[in-house]
Amino acid sequence: MSETLSPASAKTARFFDPLDFLARYGTLVALALLIVFNLIFTRNFATLQTLNVNLTQVCTIVIVAIGMTMVIGTGGIDLSVGSIMAISGALAPLIFLGTIFPVGNIGVSVTLAIAVALLAATLLGLFNGWLVAKMRIQPIIATLVLFIAGRGIAQVLTNGNLQVFRVPEFQWIGLGRPFGIPVQVMIMVVMIVVAAWILRRTVLGRQILATGGNEKAAGLAGIPVDRIKLTVYGISGFCAGVAGLVVIAINSASDANLVGLGMELDAIAAVAVGGTLLVGGKATIIGTLIGALTIQLVRYTLLSNGLPEGAALMVQAAIIAGAVWLQQQGRVR
Amino acid sequence: MADTPLLSMSRVEKRFAGIPALSGASLEILPGEVHALIGQNGAGKSTMIKVLTGYHRRDGGTVTFAGEPFEVHSPHQAQASGISTIYQEINLVPLRSVTENICLGREQRRFGLLDWNAMHREAERLLSTFGIRIDVRRPLMDFNTATQQMVAIARAIGFSARLVIMDEPTSSLDDKEVAVLFRVIRQLKADGVSVIFVSHKLDELYEVCDRVTIMRDGKTVRVADMDKIDKLDLVSAMLGRDVGRSDGHATAFAERQRSAGEIVLQAQNLAAGHAVRDVSFAVKRGEIVGFAGLLGAGRTETARVLFGIDRAQAGSIRMEGQAYDPKSPKDAIGAGLGFVTEDRKLEGIVPELSVAENLTLALFPRISRRGIISERQQRELVESFIKQLGIKCSGPGQKIRELSGGNQQKVLLARWLATHPRLLILDEPTRGIDVGAKGEIQRLIRSLADQGLAVLMISSELEEIVEGADRVFVLREGRTVAELDGEAITEAGVLDAMAHGHSHQIEQVAS
Repeated sequence: MSETLSPASAKTARFFDPLDFLARYGTLVALALLIVFNLIFTRNFATLQTLNVNLTQVCTIVIVAIGMTMVIGTGGIDLSVGSIMAISGALAPLIFLGTIFPVGNIGVSVTLAIAVALLAATLLGLFNGWLVAKMRIQPIIATLVLFIAGRGIAQVLTNGNLQVFRVPEFQWIGLGRPFGIPVQVMIMVVMIVVAAWILRRTVLGRQILATGGNEKAAGLAGIPVDRIKLTVYGISGFCAGVAGLVVIAINSASDANLVGLGMELDAIAAVAVGGTLLVGGKATIIGTLIGALTIQLVRYTLLSNGLPEGAALMVQAAIIAGAVWLQQQGRVR
Repeated sequence: MADTPLLSMSRVEKRFAGIPALSGASLEILPGEVHALIGQNGAGKSTMIKVLTGYHRRDGGTVTFAGEPFEVHSPHQAQASGISTIYQEINLVPLRSVTENICLGREQRRFGLLDWNAMHREAERLLSTFGIRIDVRRPLMDFNTATQQMVAIARAIGFSARLVIMDEPTSSLDDKEVAVLFRVIRQLKADGVSVIFVSHKLDELYEVCDRVTIMRDGKTVRVADMDKIDKLDLVSAMLGRDVGRSDGHATAFAERQRSAGEIVLQAQNLAAGHAVRDVSFAVKRGEIVGFAGLLGAGRTETARVLFGIDRAQAGSIRMEGQAYDPKSPKDAIGAGLGFVTEDRKLEGIVPELSVAENLTLALFPRISRRGIISERQQRELVESFIKQLGIKCSGPGQKIRELSGGNQQKVLLARWLATHPRLLILDEPTRGIDVGAKGEIQRLIRSLADQGLAVLMISSELEEIVEGADRVFVLREGRTVAELDGEAITEAGVLDAMAHGHSHQIEQVAS
């Protein structure tokens, strides 16, 4: 019972413990090593173009992973993010293309399209939260509902048709580059800053971690555990909604079958590699960003050095397993 | 009855991480007897049972069963050797049929296929020996807890068990269901099966058991025939007290400095679930009220009702003169209550968070503006409590799981003190805490009461109740059976009330 900081453990803490260091900063070290490797071996790596390619590719994963980090922080998981992306991506063109009802002003219709898509995504997230918090369904099952049904809803909305469009006013969020910086990267950075701030400085953030860390204790301390869960799933839905819009803006098309496909796994991988505990109670948004960047850069490195896609996937999986194992080592101590 | 015991465990040793849980414990069960195994929390009953069933490996001692040395490495093996355990939480499969539950693991086959008809007949036959007739094809969850327990027992018998261990089997049964269970136990006994019966309800022990083994601090302290030991002796042996022996100060509680003020909280005829049946008490400003009772007496459950975790089904509570009916801990906190729970790890600390965040967990709304936490306010508050309570940590940012039990407890106390409560409920405030920190916490509780706080303290340590409390309510099987005040708070008085359900002194033992 009385595991005070014994002199022995204080001693080891003073010396450099490589395993402990790696457990804490392993992902960051891996990212740094990858960059160094690429600087030496990959041609044209240190260019703005490479940076932009990587950032735009990782952007949607990061945006989804932000919401996922919060959900996982409460000890939950959200499998429905990919399907919610598809719904958001299907809804917006229906409105700005005037398929549902004619809208005169393109500015108004684009604004309306974005608002409706994000609102729908948030409501779907809240539905997940309702299943988890009020119906007491395990998160993995509760979000499986929309994981399956969501893509169906998106297909029904569009009659299974590919929606192709050329609407610069909307596609600006995917293709615009003020000062040479892609707009979606700006969106990602803003969302990261806000989310990190929420987690660190607000009551909501502390309550998320307390709920994930010990739900019983949190409830006994008067924390509205159910409302916190509802909120994080709502946030996750919103993030997925944003990501869905970014994807279709880049593609100039919305395909209900493909938007956000497999996104839940990419996002969970980023969160796990980033150092957020999958059982809840410890979450880091910056870690998630680093995790997503690492995975992305591994893929880029392997592909740009001529490895086939299949090999890249296997290496990617090995790195995820390794990162999570290292974190385990840090926790056992 | 044969003289050779069915089971004999002697000088059993078991340590967890160097801390002894059993040291020289023994247990002897005769064939066809119902044997009570009792003791306080942490006395070693469950460890003893787990060693027996192969869940834990013993570090020393010998076990013989049916005359042979007994060596098992898993509960499964123990079951195959004829020892079945029925746990508090029944470990059956609720969605499957009664038959499947009874026959699981020893299915009957015919031409390589499961012979359902034979198995249904077998299940019906086993249950009918207890006088139970139900549709064995229906899923188990359709039946009430008592029936499910009978199914568990039938399953045990089906494995031709010679020893059945029942761990608090009556804790979730009502009186009628208990009667059925006892009938089954007597039936088992008549068939020559031995039963180990773990319970804290004294009346039940006298009703159904032949002999009793009492454990304390990992040792067997007394073995007796049920009809040769009275309740007072039983309770005294369990708590390790000699009746009538007066002790010096064993705790750090000082005499109180001021007389109690007006009533803060008053509860009348509270009832909730099986555990709380009729509880009445009052707590005044500036006094420590002790809740004494055996395990399962309904003390923690009463506290849970006060704190809005469970709802009262009957009775009324008044807090500072107002009707009070909390629907959630949030309501209770708003009304000025704090609750330091018994199980620090499970219900108290959030291990991954820092000392500061754990300390301010109940306080977030008060140290924030528009949802943003004021870190300055948080730091000042936390630092002042660390200093005030002498919490030993490297700083407010240290993770709470790295602290010792005593320091974790201080953080949890501080969590509630920071909310400025009018009534603080402490459930076993010094359990699992080393001696030094224990004294500090006891002194702290006293000084808080002296400053005007009303304290409701649940404790299973008799010294803590006798020396610490200004007034004591004794609970027994969900009812307040005695109120002791001032000079009347003696070990003998408390023990007597715990054993007999009233506080008249020892002359009534014979009854």
